[in-house]
Amino acid sequence: MNAQLSLWVEIPVAILLVLSGLFALIGAIGLVRMKDYFQRMHPPALASTLGAWCVALASIICFSALKSGPVLHAWLIPILLSITVPVTTLLLARAALFRKRMAGDNVPAEVSSRRTESGS
Amino acid sequence: MKRLFPAPWLSLALWLLWLVLNLSISPGNLLLGAALGFCAPLMMRKLRPQRIHIRRPGVILRLILMVGRDVVVSNLAVAWGVLNAGRRQPRSRFIKVPLDLRDAHGLAALSMVCTVVPGTVWSELALDRSILLMHVWDLDDEAQFIQHFKITYERPLMEIFE
Repeated sequence: MNAQLSLWVEIPVAILLVLSGLFALIGAIGLVRMKDYFQRMHPPALASTLGAWCVALASIICFSALKSGPVLHAWLIPILLSITVPVTTLLLARAALFRKRMAGDNVPAEVSSRRTESGS
Repeated sequence: MKRLFPAPWLSLALWLLWLVLNLSISPGNLLLGAALGFCAPLMMRKLRPQRIHIRRPGVILRLILMVGRDVVVSNLAVAWGVLNAGRRQPRSRFIKVPLDLRDAHGLAALSMVCTVVPGTVWSELALDRSILLMHVWDLDDEAQFIQHFKITYERPLMEIFE
């Protein structure tokens, strides 16, 4: 990647990369600073959404300019991330709820009453 | 045909995914992608006992755009909340949302949408699928939030899947 990129490509790419880094950093800070477990589930989502989107967009712009044609396959990364990340997040939330209920912590009780038709 | 390709759209999507990931349409990659598209749905057939009906591609597109916009907005909100947490703790708590959507695939899509947007995490679904427990990062007005959730996400999913 030597001097083939023009300044007008380099500027947006650099801004997007810095933004992505910022969002990942804020997500990490949130993970450290928040007190409650369930609160800590939210900030890391910054890195997997807008953080990843910015990197993908930067990559698309950069390599499309280098090859002077659209190189769009980096967009698959955000799509696949947005399918897979919720699965782990959901599992963590369910496990934490289960454990905190067992421990008798202050979390909401089960939302289903025992005598409902089972449909899951 | 139905037995060989239980999910033709999934097969096609996997095939395209393989080709795009490899950025090549050489015969070898065409064949490997086709093998993936053929085998994966067959292996997953046992996991998807219900037929899936998807309608209204226009609504799907609009939903994707809405989710994209909400992801950006709530990214900024959560980032601001983290940076500002020293002065003002975010009002995080659980809320119960009454659901009208009953289709299993629609609910799966809803859980994905809800969790991928920063600031909301899907936590529990009642056995009869009537109530959803979710954790919200910073909740101001519960009734307004529930209304927004139902109109932006649940209603389009009901149009698509039911």
